[in-house]
Amino acid sequence: MRVALFLTCVNDTLYPDTGRAVVKLLTRLGVDVDFPSGQTCCGQAHYNTGYRHEAEPLARHFSDVFGAYEAIVTPSGSCGAMVRELYPRMGERARTEGRGDTLAATLAPVVPKTYELTEFLVDVLGVTDVGAYYPHKVTYHPTCHGLRGLGLGERPRRLLQAVKGLELAELPGAEECCGFGGTFALKNSDVSAAMGADKVRNAESTGAEVLCAADNSCLMHLGGTMARLRTAMRPVHIAEILASTEEEPAV
Amino acid sequence: MSGTYLGMPAFPAAAREAVGNATLRGNLRHATHTIRAKRAKAVSEVSDWAELREAGRRIKDHTLRHLDRYLVQLEESVTAAGGVVHWAADADEANDIVTQLVKMTGESEVVKVKSMATQEIGLNEALEAEGIRAYETDLAELIVQLGKDRPSHILVPAIHRNRGEIRDIFAREMSEWGRPAPEGLTDTPAELAEAARLHLREKFLRAKVGISGANFMVAETGTLVVVESEGNGRMCLTLPETLISVVGIEKIVPAWQDLEVFLQTLPRSSTAERMNPYTSTWTGTTDEDGPRNFHLVLLDNGRTDTLADEVGRQALRCIRCSACLNVCPVYERAGGHAYGSVYPGPIGAILSPQLRGTGSEIDASLPYASSLCGACYEVCPVAIDIPEVLVHLRERVVQGGEVTRAGNKVVLRPAKGHAAERAAMRAARWAFLHPGALRTGQRAASRTRRFHPRSLPGPGRAWSGTRELPPVPAEPFRDWWQRTRGGKDGDR
Ligand code: SF4
Repeated sequence: MRVALFLTCVNDTLYPDTGRAVVKLLTRLGVDVDFPSGQTCCGQAHYNTGYRHEAEPLARHFSDVFGAYEAIVTPSGSCGAMVRELYPRMGERARTEGRGDTLAATLAPVVPKTYELTEFLVDVLGVTDVGAYYPHKVTYHPTCHGLRGLGLGERPRRLLQAVKGLELAELPGAEECCGFGGTFALKNSDVSAAMGADKVRNAESTGAEVLCAADNSCLMHLGGTMARLRTAMRPVHIAEILASTEEEPAV
Repeated sequence: MSGTYLGMPAFPAAAREAVGNATLRGNLRHATHTIRAKRAKAVSEVSDWAELREAGRRIKDHTLRHLDRYLVQLEESVTAAGGVVHWAADADEANDIVTQLVKMTGESEVVKVKSMATQEIGLNEALEAEGIRAYETDLAELIVQLGKDRPSHILVPAIHRNRGEIRDIFAREMSEWGRPAPEGLTDTPAELAEAARLHLREKFLRAKVGISGANFMVAETGTLVVVESEGNGRMCLTLPETLISVVGIEKIVPAWQDLEVFLQTLPRSSTAERMNPYTSTWTGTTDEDGPRNFHLVLLDNGRTDTLADEVGRQALRCIRCSACLNVCPVYERAGGHAYGSVYPGPIGAILSPQLRGTGSEIDASLPYASSLCGACYEVCPVAIDIPEVLVHLRERVVQGGEVTRAGNKVVLRPAKGHAAERAAMRAARWAFLHPGALRTGQRAASRTRRFHPRSLPGPGRAWSGTRELPPVPAEPFRDWWQRTRGGKDGDR
């Protein structure tokens, strides 16, 4: 199976380790991974901040780059939800604004083929034990767009539970938003920071060494909060945990 | 904290104060988390909740689509039952109508059962200006009124107050408004409730005029419905000689049968009860019992304008259950007052800027008062996709566009203060459409990473004031990929 990795602009620029982990993991599972180099950004930040007209060309660009692949895998719940949930909505809006079906038709091919990483592993590859080894105590934060946008449900936690050596601690208030929310973190930084601090304190109360999530944007916000609060905990993307093996453990 | 909502600062500034107020945050956290858990349990008991939610959504959508027809039907049935219907296009008209009606009775006091519509139009202040005193009789509204405060929650307007604060307010203020609080009042719920009961009873028995809102209006019979927990509403609805109900036009349902759905979903969503203790219905007047005169003031005040918006109109489905407030992490920290409206929380963030327009600072900031986490949409018993409307309204704020105001189509210009953001968004779009440029930028960032400041200038300061920045890696992923040809030559 040949899949395209949609890494997202945030991961590409700031978290290349997550990308390397996805490549390593999928390759280990026998998947042929390609990284279409024309890829940039799904347009989520534009769309969610109210710049729908700026987001449309980015969505079209996404479709141009990824349209021909069998499957598109992304290690980001929110960017996955952008494609799956909001691209159809963009097409629909263009139609109601009397701009015809062109946008909808352009975007349609990528919508059903885009998978968030854990979804791809569990639903498409049919695995929950990916042969990973990670001897740490981990707590999992289900990010909002993964949880409510894509409905990832138990998939990430099932994957984590199957990791050798990993002890999974339940996160109190797991389903509450961490307060990132894209430009929300800037526009309402006081509320955002208060939400982040509460999330970090809840995570700390589990005694876990690692706070894991399937979205680096939320982890960036939480990691920045941890550093400011001087907690010993580290933020780690789930791909890096799943890619870690006994031979090649992640640090 | 008193008086009107006019001149409210933008949401972020108002929220900052609340975030720093530990008592307020503690009160809110405790209250919302308790009700949140109870609601989830009450909802999980109902096996067909998803169907009920869908039915509620449909009934409301159908009614809104044919609102003109149902309003006319309602007017006919109310009139046939002996009531008088008045139409109010905006707050001023509604206030005038009610003030005149009260004056015609010759009274200078009215009792009120909690009505958000009258809060929305500032009726109490309008009455006061004409020498008429309005007594709030809902317990939480009473606390707000005595405390010279503003409501901060749809269902529990005094949610921001704890028992100690309420005791102090009662002891200090009740004598100003009527019967004083008993000597040595403590903060036990029973004593507080008894003090309120004695204080209010006096008013119920004296009042000749009652003013109410309504949760629902049934078009086929002209019946109004109030759903409440305390029974004070029922007193207001039955004891006075004249009853004036001020209700938003979106509160219609076509038929009695439709109540079946909402009388299940409303109490479970709001108070987490299987059924609310008091459901009062009244249809016009009768000779034997209840008010002899009944007036219904149908309030538009921005509702038909909202209805004209294809995305935003779903906000009018709202049955004011407050479930979205109770799950909202932003509401929990910012408190209800920060929203600058009688409608706080997620529903307020989409309703107020539609009813009032996005012209003021506070209204332009409300669509951003959300992290788009989606918890509100998940709990909403009429499935209002609040995040969708928030993003839609953000678009209106930053890009402008056509809206309906007072029945006329007008083209809004983009709101002020977004020029830098717009330029940044354009630049980002350009870079994202030119992968080569993006790569150049990434490389530059990587190469200069040792010199990156620890705090950011401009809007970025908001980030670095409270959180550390992530370091820029030595090499963006795409360079690694190219260098290693997709990791096929080994992992590093
Ligand atoms: S928007 Fe939905 S959840 Fe919020 S108050 Fe209205 S009906 Fe309830």
